[in-house]
Amino acid sequence: MQKALVIDPVKCTGCKQCELACSYVKEGEFNPAKSRIRVFDFHQDARFVPYTCTQCAEAWCQSACPVDAITTNERGVKEVHDALCVGCKVCTIACPFGTVNYNASTGKVIKCDECGGDPACVKACPTQAIVYVDVEQAGFEKMKHWAKRTDAGAQASH
Amino acid sequence: MHHVILGAGPAGVLAAETLRKQDTNAKITILGAEDEPPYSRMAIPYLLSGQIDEEGTYLRQDAGHYKNHGIEVTRARAGALDAKHKKIALEDGGEVQYDRLLIATGASPVRPPVEGLDLPGVHSCWTLEDARAILDLAQKGDHVVLMGAGFIGSIILEALVSRGVKLSAVEKEDRMVPRMMDQTASGMLKRWWEEHGVNVLTGTQIKQITRGEDRLDVSLSSGKSLRAKLVVVAAGVASNTGFLKGSGVDTDAGVKVDGFLRTSANHVYAAGDVAQAKDFSTGEFSVLAIQPVAADHGRIAAQNMAGRETPHRGSLNMNVLAALGLVSSSFGAWDGIKGGDNAAMCDADAYRYLRLEFDGDRLAGVQAVGFTDHIGVARGLIETKLRLGRWKDVLMKSPERLAEAYVACAQGIR
Repeated sequence: MQKALVIDPVKCTGCKQCELACSYVKEGEFNPAKSRIRVFDFHQDARFVPYTCTQCAEAWCQSACPVDAITTNERGVKEVHDALCVGCKVCTIACPFGTVNYNASTGKVIKCDECGGDPACVKACPTQAIVYVDVEQAGFEKMKHWAKRTDAGAQASH
Repeated sequence: MHHVILGAGPAGVLAAETLRKQDTNAKITILGAEDEPPYSRMAIPYLLSGQIDEEGTYLRQDAGHYKNHGIEVTRARAGALDAKHKKIALEDGGEVQYDRLLIATGASPVRPPVEGLDLPGVHSCWTLEDARAILDLAQKGDHVVLMGAGFIGSIILEALVSRGVKLSAVEKEDRMVPRMMDQTASGMLKRWWEEHGVNVLTGTQIKQITRGEDRLDVSLSSGKSLRAKLVVVAAGVASNTGFLKGSGVDTDAGVKVDGFLRTSANHVYAAGDVAQAKDFSTGEFSVLAIQPVAADHGRIAAQNMAGRETPHRGSLNMNVLAALGLVSSSFGAWDGIKGGDNAAMCDADAYRYLRLEFDGDRLAGVQAVGFTDHIGVARGLIETKLRLGRWKDVLMKSPERLAEAYVACAQGIR
């Protein structure tokens, strides 16, 4: 059964533990700027929205990569291979969600890879605003809906 | 069913892979004109800077990829197309019969009418073969002249600088990357390169190149001249449509296609740098010779070839450019649309600039210098035509809150 990160912004309190956990696990430092997940803070509306890659079925980042540095693993997750990534950043402009980012200190791009099936953000979240569940569950479909609307053809609707 | 694809670039390879997904039994043949495995021209600058070797430019890293997917990749250059009898003659003799044909023959560098461009030591930077010549000639401390500082020229520029050459970039228009960025952004870029030791000459033409004893002499419209061991020509590219003369496939700047990437000939499609397809922003049909468009075209054309009708709603023009740590990008109608509002923030000393262009309360175009975080939302906002509502007012005051605006509108926080 494939699993996916499902985010329920209503449950998010904006504590940003997910950002710290992510950057620590992926970069070895507590640096939200290098986190693969980002909490958007709409304090005027008292809303917080954790935001990261939805692992599109057919991903723009992957098809735009000129050197095969982004592949799909057995869990459907799009992974960046640092040894192949040349840092051209085409994926960062091709991803209409803005969830592939350039890391200037390594010259490579970074994106969520669900920590190999054990996402650190999920473990760090105290309110279960981020959970890791079977893809069939509700919530994921909502994100797919957004993916569809951005399509130049029929890419993310598969 | 035999699908034949002319061209082994990203559009051709993506198309072949998509066809295979759609039809497990079809015969799929890619005919590539160069004697290399399918590779990415976009990766060549990184080969020049020494970041990768030639294998690193290959579009697929697994050597068995094409064989494993039942995709035959053959070296052959297309000659004449006989669309009536569904066959394509090859330049070296022989012909190939097809049921569906994809023209993905890409583009080739334009050679301006300047005397001396055929001299030894003058190279385009387009193929792996070009790259080998440049690698050989552009050694540390050598004088190199780059002809053209458009998008491709500017990408090559970074690679040449990283090789430690003494570089002059000569651009005939009044600024660098004139089709990607406005005066403010390209002025920043020019200043940045000058600070990094590059001699940038805009509004200057190369009049003539002559061969001296141990060097090339490059005469400029300013009356001055530059000496060089190597001249790299990046004066634009043009679609490879020559072989279609008299074939019944209509061409203009590129191969004319409809909203399904079909050409004027039955069962013949076109994709990538050779296709004159719909531009999302202008609604007009033009050639957008960029990697993400090639990928989109290849995939959509293949779905249509396989009988799964898929409209092409138009591709967004977008570019990203690196300049030794300074990253710039532009999207869609970056220069604005008639009657639309715009907002900009600029910190010239910090090399930061962001300009947003609106169509009503929808985002229509973006230029960014020094902003990279979540920059892809520019594409998302433009392509979804998401109404920004009150977030437009926020962006008019604070353009840098773009990603926030996208997430808010997507989440219904309005």
